[in-house]
Amino acid sequence: MADTIIPATEDVISPAEEVHLKHHFATTAQQMDADTLGMWTFLITEVLFFGGMFASYAVYRNLYYPAFASTSKFMNVPLGATNTGVLICSSLTMAMAVRSAQLSQRKPLVRYLLLTMFFGAVFLGIKAFEYHEKWVEHLVPGFGFSYEQTQFERNAQILFFLYFAMTGMHAIHMIVGFGLLTYLVVKARKGAFTEHYFAPVEMIGLYWHFVDIVWIFLFPMLYLIGGRT
Amino acid sequence: MTTAAHHTPIPKVSVLVRVFLTLIVLTFVTTLVSYVDLGEWNIVVALIIAVTKASLVAWIFMGVRYTTSLTKLFVVAGLVWLSILVVLTYTDYTSRNWIYQARPWSHTKAPYFEDKAK
Repeated sequence: MADTIIPATEDVISPAEEVHLKHHFATTAQQMDADTLGMWTFLITEVLFFGGMFASYAVYRNLYYPAFASTSKFMNVPLGATNTGVLICSSLTMAMAVRSAQLSQRKPLVRYLLLTMFFGAVFLGIKAFEYHEKWVEHLVPGFGFSYEQTQFERNAQILFFLYFAMTGMHAIHMIVGFGLLTYLVVKARKGAFTEHYFAPVEMIGLYWHFVDIVWIFLFPMLYLIGGRT
Repeated sequence: MTTAAHHTPIPKVSVLVRVFLTLIVLTFVTTLVSYVDLGEWNIVVALIIAVTKASLVAWIFMGVRYTTSLTKLFVVAGLVWLSILVVLTYTDYTSRNWIYQARPWSHTKAPYFEDKAK
């Protein structure tokens, strides 16, 4: 691995690689390391973006614990767990897509990308169904919100506000990822990605896995820890 | 096995599938444990499992293990900044009433302290 910025003398650049090598990089390995570092820097800003919402969730949960715990029974745990599984499946297919790109396997690459999009669509479909459930049960904050335990009505609304803000931002990230995957499929079908050039697949893969990680934390925090009876 | 261009190790399918199966099993475990009343420990177990799952995704699927030391440093730095965000927010909220406790002659209470009684 190129831990050093100075290229090793044995790094000979083949013509196939040179096409994709930007002039300000010495080697493709260096270019790839820079891409990866840049992508992770972006993902760290995303961690802090979601971190702000997680922190406010934690603070309000501590302040209004009984109200927050009481909302748990309105969360559809089987659907939430299914969605977690669906996202993990999409992460596997994404990882397999990156692997196919690294091996210059065009058809498997397209297939895995389409599978990833399919799982993403299933996730969003289930999420939309859950949102509809909340709407029917008058649990959307601000829009005719009503809560059967009236003593918690005010504070439970904070939880549902956080629920929609967090899962909503997560869903928007999924939709963006969906668009990015469409771009990858179009390019991959034309054979744009080979073992010499697969950075876009790997970088969008990082984004997709990150969105999966966000859900891995959202699921227990919103669905599971309320103390169900 | 590495790619010609980038000297990046290509992950084995068996490794990816094993990580996938572990993630699925952990999802089942965390869901089932939530139906058992462990009191305060429910959240601890849920978060330990979530951190384990997230670490697996980052380490294998996102390939942090194959990245340069510099990228690894950035990832850790991101977590440090996240902990600053959470810890300093909590420093504020946990210590906000101390100032009223330290002044027993004052009958003023922080607004959020009253809300908590509800």
